[in-house]
Amino acid sequence: MKLLPTIAALGLLAATGAVHAADPNLGRNLAATCANCHGTNGNAVKGAGLDSLAGVPKEKTLQKLSEFKSGDKPASIMHQISKGYTDEQMDLIATYFAAQK
Amino acid sequence: MMLMKRRDFLKAGAAAGAMASLYGCAGGGKASGHVVVVGGGYGGATIAKYLRMWSEGGVQVTLIERNPTFISCPISNLVIGGTKTMEDITVSYDGLKNKWGVRIVQDDVVAVDGAKKTISLKAGGSMSYDRLVLSPGVDFMYDEIPGLKSADAQSKILHAWKAGPQTVALRQQLESMKDGGVYAIAIPKAPYRCPPGPYERACLVADYFKKNKPKSKVVILDANEDVMSKPALFKKAWADLYKGIIDYRNNSEVKDVEVATNTAVLEFDKFKADVLNIIPPHRAGKIAAQSGLKLINNRWVDVNWLSMESSNTPGVHVLGDAVFPAPTMPKSGHMANQHGKLAAAAILNLLAGQEVNQTPVVMNTCYSFVDSKNVIHVTSVHQYDAATRLVQPVKGAGGVSAARNELEGKVAMAWAKNIWADMLA
Repeated sequence: MKLLPTIAALGLLAATGAVHAADPNLGRNLAATCANCHGTNGNAVKGAGLDSLAGVPKEKTLQKLSEFKSGDKPASIMHQISKGYTDEQMDLIATYFAAQK
Repeated sequence: MMLMKRRDFLKAGAAAGAMASLYGCAGGGKASGHVVVVGGGYGGATIAKYLRMWSEGGVQVTLIERNPTFISCPISNLVIGGTKTMEDITVSYDGLKNKWGVRIVQDDVVAVDGAKKTISLKAGGSMSYDRLVLSPGVDFMYDEIPGLKSADAQSKILHAWKAGPQTVALRQQLESMKDGGVYAIAIPKAPYRCPPGPYERACLVADYFKKNKPKSKVVILDANEDVMSKPALFKKAWADLYKGIIDYRNNSEVKDVEVATNTAVLEFDKFKADVLNIIPPHRAGKIAAQSGLKLINNRWVDVNWLSMESSNTPGVHVLGDAVFPAPTMPKSGHMANQHGKLAAAAILNLLAGQEVNQTPVVMNTCYSFVDSKNVIHVTSVHQYDAATRLVQPVKGAGGVSAARNELEGKVAMAWAKNIWADMLA
């Protein structure tokens, strides 16, 4: 039975309390925290006045976020929000949005 | 073989990955099953959509909601202030039904059997689920204000703390009030739904009075010892914009009412108003207690912050205002939407037999209008902390507006359009 080794391995991981593997959908989940304002999957409501992030190149989103975080880019709110995410999380978010249509 | 070689483990992982891409759900088996969502507000509507979207239709979702349309509490204070209409804050459930394939049932859930995994409907009949989501909002604790227990009293002294008919009725009371009258709003002890909401409402009623009934007053009877959200910004607005109109009274808990004379009874005092707007203390919607979920302070549901699952009833997830909040977490529509996404991700993993995400993040933003155009915000980001098993506010992140401004007035409306679409379109 081919499944058994996998189950045994998972059991071993759980039993040893090993570091949890990152959820494969982590980027998706993190990006969803932005969707309240920037639209589902980064597609903001057209004409409402907030930026769409879907399809924006990763580097561009990351640069904006890092400028918000450092305070270089003035903002009404994003300078406060960006400080709540780690650089790794922002990378995952920017990667996810870049891949959206 | 008890121990798998690393190479075999990787191979197994790759096979799982290939299977996942086939089904569009990374990381293992496909999520399937039936999720019943009770309550179509900010939490429930969001999770209904996200379960369907993220499972690519693999999970069946039934949303049970007692109202025919979604009516937003955020922005409803502008209806009370007279600059927006009910139409502006009403959104159809058709998007969830037609675009996302959510089955919508207009009904009330009267019982949950967590062991048999079934719910009972008020109209009769029952429904089985693999996972249940309760997003029941709040119920008012009229026992705390005995004079308000009767339906007749409740029709005269309004809360307007659930957007709908009471929003319209409170607006009508304000329009009918003579110039020179007094509007009083009573705020319960925290935690309550929407911490800045009562102060925003006081501002918007004062703005209406200033323009239309300049001899009238607004009195805030706050059971708390200070303004519960954005205190400096609200107090500055009251001093700058509404001097002589808004009278703020802290430590003024309403204990009862005398309905015939529109009088609020405080501990040592009474206060008579022309329009008396009492927000009673509240607790998780009663289906939570009826379902046997563990409550904290006999009011709010205790949840596991990795999944929003009830701490004592497996398979039942709870969202939004009904939940005992993590530190500094407000009861807000924005936060309920974030709860919905956290729980959607967790439920899909559980239905696929996978571990839930161990590092969830939620964030909040609340915009408050201090007049019809100027807005102040508060925002925060909360990351899961394994040591306390809570989502904890990130130190140094979040904050409030530097000053009230019109730009954020425009952003607040853009926020509303986007979050409504994120839930319902």
